[in-house]
Amino acid sequence: MDFFDAVASQEFLRYALVAGILASIGCGVIGSFVVVKRIGYLAGGIAHAVLGGMGIAYFLGRDPILGALVAALIAAVIVGWISRQGQQHVDTIISALWAVGMAIGILFISKTPGYNVDLLSFLFGNILMVAPSDLWLIGMLDVIVVAAVFLFYRQFLAVTFDEEFALLRGIPVGFFDLLLLAMVAITVVTVIRVVGLILVIALLTLPAAIAGQYVGSVGRIMALATLLGAAFTVGGLALSYGPDLPAGPTIIVLAGLVYLVSTAFHFVRRQRRMRRLVRREASRSSAGS
Amino acid sequence: MTAVIELNEVSFTYTGQLVLEDIDLTVGDGEFLGLVGPNASGKSTLLKVILGLLRPTRGRVRVFGRPPSESRKAIGYVPQFATFRRDFPISVTDMVLLGRLGGGATRNLGGYRAADRRAAAEAMAEAQVFDVRTRPIGTLSGGQLQRALVARALVSNPRLLILDEPTANIDVMAEEDIFGLFRRLNERMTIVVVSHDVGFITKYVHRVACLNRTLVCHQTGAITGEVIEQLYGMPVRLIDHGHQSGVHPG
Repeated sequence: MDFFDAVASQEFLRYALVAGILASIGCGVIGSFVVVKRIGYLAGGIAHAVLGGMGIAYFLGRDPILGALVAALIAAVIVGWISRQGQQHVDTIISALWAVGMAIGILFISKTPGYNVDLLSFLFGNILMVAPSDLWLIGMLDVIVVAAVFLFYRQFLAVTFDEEFALLRGIPVGFFDLLLLAMVAITVVTVIRVVGLILVIALLTLPAAIAGQYVGSVGRIMALATLLGAAFTVGGLALSYGPDLPAGPTIIVLAGLVYLVSTAFHFVRRQRRMRRLVRREASRSSAGS
Repeated sequence: MTAVIELNEVSFTYTGQLVLEDIDLTVGDGEFLGLVGPNASGKSTLLKVILGLLRPTRGRVRVFGRPPSESRKAIGYVPQFATFRRDFPISVTDMVLLGRLGGGATRNLGGYRAADRRAAAEAMAEAQVFDVRTRPIGTLSGGQLQRALVARALVSNPRLLILDEPTANIDVMAEEDIFGLFRRLNERMTIVVVSHDVGFITKYVHRVACLNRTLVCHQTGAITGEVIEQLYGMPVRLIDHGHQSGVHPG
């Protein structure tokens, strides 16, 4: 139990725990839409392009997280605009955005004078370096994301479920699509401190994907995904502490393992239910004849 | 009889191909129109033009006397299954409630009101899906899902109901049931239903419009083998499904 002793005595571990839990809220809420709308690839493009903004901010001596926020929102607008054009090359364009954004970031970081220790923490997170100012920022971004979903849950659900019907009901589909991507962008930024931009996608999608195997509405997926995300970040942090492993990758491996086990369990359960249904149908039709 | 839908010389071209040609069609208030035609005859395109999802290349479209995009609030639309994923995590009630959005039926921010839930319950009762209201849509049979989609269209109290192949994924028994429902609904709203099953829908509708890029026939009486031959370009045997006759006077 030395992790919990350490949490009690060490301030930085408490900050890390709070950061992990705050990030799980945004991930649970927005990740659920990313999973059911199947836009993981778009979210991936936004997450990786963010390095461009971080690198530029770093080069200019500004806070990289603010650079990340600006870059994420710009990337969301580009991705949203491209995907609405209905072009055939959406995947190519997003791949380009993904790679070029990262390349720009690395170019700027390499030209920044001094020791480039921050690159790895941008890519893979450094949850143990979280400062109170980061917690405030993550908390504020959470408030924005949760408020947007609270106000427009039904519109987000409508455009996610059946875009054509939403359009016919007079819902501004393009606007809500873009707003959702902007929320994805903001969520990405909240998670960068925790697991880094390369691993963001896992924390955004895995808890919601697991939750989707057990509950039947987007709202419930959000709640369960938030709890799972918090469990993964706290659990990963605890597991990484003893053997001195990097926390971000430990959190992701934990989430990945649980997803794997859950998917296998879900598959077996579904097979069994199907077999039961077939049996019931068979007995009903023989009783009916 | 006032006109609910008016199409004047409507043509639609898609990537250089003429999909709809010179269509004149008027649908009156309270009418139950069947729109039939072979695959790729432009049926779904014509529906999209009427709904305002596609702009005709030529011609004029009016729904309730106004451009379709301005009349959408008064239209209930039941698409084919293809427009959404059946494994989407949503219950029948939640799907039906989405039909309340837009059009001022419910407020724009936050959650639903009691009036929305009441309207959803009524629509589900009318479409006979109230018993399955808590089930995820992925667990419904084809007929149940079709009825749930009808409930979603009804929940906004439309004056015109448009259905795209409502019987494509259901068996004959469920098909008769669902047309019985449409006939009841027709007592208070205009209905346009697209189908590829000519012989069947003539038993239920007032009038049939046959489409194969342009309107080939347009009549109130029974469809003869000759007309179908004209429509499909080959002799087709008319099969009497043995349903009771349901042709109303127009």
